[in-house]
Amino acid sequence: MDALPDHMRPERSFQGFILALQRFWAEQGCVILQPYDMEMGAGTFHPATTLRALGPKRWNAAYVQPSRRPKDGRYGENPNRMQHYYQFQVIMKPSPPNLQDLYLKSLAAIGIDSGVHDIRFVEDDWESPTLGAWGLGWECWCDGMEVSQFTYFQQVAGVECAPVSGELTYGLERLAMYVQGVDRVYDLNFNGREGADKVTYGDVFLQAEQEYSRHNFEHADTAMLFEQFRMAEDACKKYLAAGWREAGNQKEHLMALPAYDQCIKASHVFNLLDARGVISVTERQSYIMRVRELAKACGEAWVHTEAGRAV
Amino acid sequence: MPDLLLELFSEEIPARMQAKAADDLRRMVTDKLVAEGLVYEGAKAFATPRRLALTVHGIPQRQSDLKEERRGPRVGGPDAAIQGFLKATGLARIEDAKIQTDPKKGDFYIALIEKPGRATIDVLAEVLPVIIRTFPWPKSMRWGERSAKSGSLSWVRPLHSIIATFGPETEDPDVVKFVVDGIEAGQTTHGHRFLAPAAISVRRFEDYEAKLKAAKVVLDAQARKDIILEDAKELAFAQGFELVEDQVLADEVAGLVEWPVALMGSFEKEYLSIPDEVIRATIRNNQKCFVVRDPKTGKLANKFILTANIEATDGGKVIISGNERVIHARLSDAKFFYETDLKTKLESRLPKFEQIVFHEKLGTQAERIKRIERLVAEIAPLVGADVEKAKRAAHLAKADLLTEVVGEFPELQGLMGKYYAQAQGEDASVAAASEDHYKPQGPADRVPTDQVSVAVALADKIDTLVGFWAIDEKPTGSKDPYALRRAALGVIRLIVDNALRLPILNVAKSALGGLPKKDDAQKLPDDLLAFFADRLKVQLRDQGARHDLVDAVFALGGQDDLLLVVRRVEALGKFLDTDDGKNLLAGTKRASNILAIEEKKDKRTFDGAPDAGLYALPEEKALAKAIDQVKSEAGAAVQKEDFAAAMSAMAKLRPAVDAFFDKVKVNDDEPKVRENRLKLLNEIRAATRAVADFSKIEG
Repeated sequence: MDALPDHMRPERSFQGFILALQRFWAEQGCVILQPYDMEMGAGTFHPATTLRALGPKRWNAAYVQPSRRPKDGRYGENPNRMQHYYQFQVIMKPSPPNLQDLYLKSLAAIGIDSGVHDIRFVEDDWESPTLGAWGLGWECWCDGMEVSQFTYFQQVAGVECAPVSGELTYGLERLAMYVQGVDRVYDLNFNGREGADKVTYGDVFLQAEQEYSRHNFEHADTAMLFEQFRMAEDACKKYLAAGWREAGNQKEHLMALPAYDQCIKASHVFNLLDARGVISVTERQSYIMRVRELAKACGEAWVHTEAGRAV
Repeated sequence: MPDLLLELFSEEIPARMQAKAADDLRRMVTDKLVAEGLVYEGAKAFATPRRLALTVHGIPQRQSDLKEERRGPRVGGPDAAIQGFLKATGLARIEDAKIQTDPKKGDFYIALIEKPGRATIDVLAEVLPVIIRTFPWPKSMRWGERSAKSGSLSWVRPLHSIIATFGPETEDPDVVKFVVDGIEAGQTTHGHRFLAPAAISVRRFEDYEAKLKAAKVVLDAQARKDIILEDAKELAFAQGFELVEDQVLADEVAGLVEWPVALMGSFEKEYLSIPDEVIRATIRNNQKCFVVRDPKTGKLANKFILTANIEATDGGKVIISGNERVIHARLSDAKFFYETDLKTKLESRLPKFEQIVFHEKLGTQAERIKRIERLVAEIAPLVGADVEKAKRAAHLAKADLLTEVVGEFPELQGLMGKYYAQAQGEDASVAAASEDHYKPQGPADRVPTDQVSVAVALADKIDTLVGFWAIDEKPTGSKDPYALRRAALGVIRLIVDNALRLPILNVAKSALGGLPKKDDAQKLPDDLLAFFADRLKVQLRDQGARHDLVDAVFALGGQDDLLLVVRRVEALGKFLDTDDGKNLLAGTKRASNILAIEEKKDKRTFDGAPDAGLYALPEEKALAKAIDQVKSEAGAAVQKEDFAAAMSAMAKLRPAVDAFFDKVKVNDDEPKVRENRLKLLNEIRAATRAVADFSKIEG
């Protein structure tokens, strides 16, 4: 840490904060991935979590995932609610016996010392109806603030996890705000510089929040989105159907990943439609079910691929 | 005698599961010990966020040896029988069996079977792993490497280590040797996650508890709770404040910490403009912190008390400021919600209810509110409420469900309605009804007394009951998803506590008229009345009254005035406590029994007035006269609803009934006389029905 220039220190800059987490998890043997190149509601949707959590092969990864929650947009006027923010995601399969300790050490790496901070594991069972997934774990509190989600996956895409993965999700902006001591997310120092060189989170994202809020709530083309949902759903089913092959006396799948992309797409399009308020309460449930069916079929395909099956 | 110490050390156990888990562990282990013939002296279980622990003391070192004599075949019996006997008893040769002489049947072989008791530690090694594998967590999970294979251990969160030691006080105990899913039982645990994480080796419960304490773990949840509440009170007191005690919160917090440290923080005074209940809900629900009040004003102060799990090296400064930031943000949201709510009049929210379905078959919330308004207009005059106020109150009572604050804190429904109604200048009774029409919520809840609240509360509950009744969504067994039992009990308490005269059947029929679906409209009220009768029975039984008396009163039929039912039951109960009452009951029962037998024999009833000309004995005449007198006196008293007087009148029947049974033979040889006497008995039964059906009374 001493070797770090000031502007790279996790308590000084948002990017330094992210780099510190990446470095820490790299040292634990995780592959450090880059964000998935699709719009999604949470880091869990990244195939590196959803699909890689399935099957018996070891898998340790960490990555930042931009997360889009169209409904959470506030036109840049709320101090910490946004329709786009970053999650830092760690997945370790099987879950190592010292995962809690690793998590606490990662907090130390970003400047949260457990000698002066009150860190707690408070019950929070996780369930994603759209992914057909659930797990048990906690929300992690630091001095009364929820800073991470800690889950032992039991089922993903309708498939029992064997072995179980441990998943950590850090709310990056919230944690960085705490570490930097700012009350408004747009005041976060992004690059750690001062004076004219300083770039804030607001410099990077405020305009985007305003524009996307307008888009998500007022202008997103709902006719197009309904059509996109149908197209993504159809495409997902088509790719899944086309991907199955007989290999000896076993079945295998050759296109689980492209099919799953369409599932991610459908899920995000649904979130946009939901934000536009054009989906009624009863329809809502049926859309969620449709996405879940896609996710489950993708999970089933994945466990018949090279990376998803046994041996 | 030796003691058992068991500890199951895991990752953080949800607070709400800890108490039951400790209880389950104690019950499962001690039940198993008893089933294995090992009677123990005492047991106590504990839970912290990271461990379940159990101490059982005074367990015998071994099971006792079992000796059993088994009787075999006759001496000199068939060889097959003897071979079978040897096989069954494990004897090597028949010479090893004893011979017993039976004077009648001759000589028999007897085998002495001895089953030596096992060492308790071996029994424990066998039963503990089974208990751990079958532990009834409400939700459990798999984890780690082993979860790749089926049959891996399920626990509430990953289980890390097990302590299991067994031995007498005076010696070092032995480790109970077993392995569950790769975890070997031993005698090592860990202290507080942050303050004393090192391994600790323990021998028995006493040093376990002491060493944990030294390692900053308070094992006993009650002790943690006491520390939390005492420290919180002291902190508040030191600043001239008073803790708002909250047992439920204290229990929960005790399940979130192993080493409670109370700290006080503050928030900006401007937030005190938010109602106290909203501040408290914000701080309590979201942050698990206590609030404090100023004893001079009784209002909340701008302070809160948090319970940390560590003794921070900086004395808690960072923890306090972190919590203050979160609470600041939360209160800022709450204030925004509250102020936003105040900008909209309650009635202008109502159109939204047209989009909200109350129940698929019972229409929208808007329709339901209309029904309640209609019903309350009928009920109001019956309970002495101003009709216009009651209608206005019913109109607004649900509007707060659409406010931001209630959306955030559903438990504040009603209360916020009251505040918002007051703020828009509604009449005090109308505003109060927003809160009070939900009451009483249970047997311990306050019953409203303001007539407007009473009227709306009755209309709301009766609409709910009649509605769900009409669509056949009645409670069954333990299932009562719409809380209809609570609604019925609420109606009963509103009526009885306020001494209201409400013809419940008429009101129910009227409520039925407003429903979208009206099938089976005739059957419904009787069925519903029976439901009220059941609830009333439960209610009276809880207050110590006899449920058979409730039956006896409802058996009269047409009893839909619940207040009168209660009064009758009370008077009847008092009467039956007197000698007159007891004897009259006995006499009436005797009359009923005789009648039942004779009616069965003759296959007819003995209704109709007896013929005075056929009375042969003075006791008959006296009874007939007493019955006439009692009938008219008791009848008149019942007319006046003076049930105590009715009972006193009834008491006059007793000497005549006693004398009749003493001197008169009912089954006279002369059929006409017999018939007449049976008719007289029937008259006793009829006379007592002025107050209750005595045949339903037990004893």
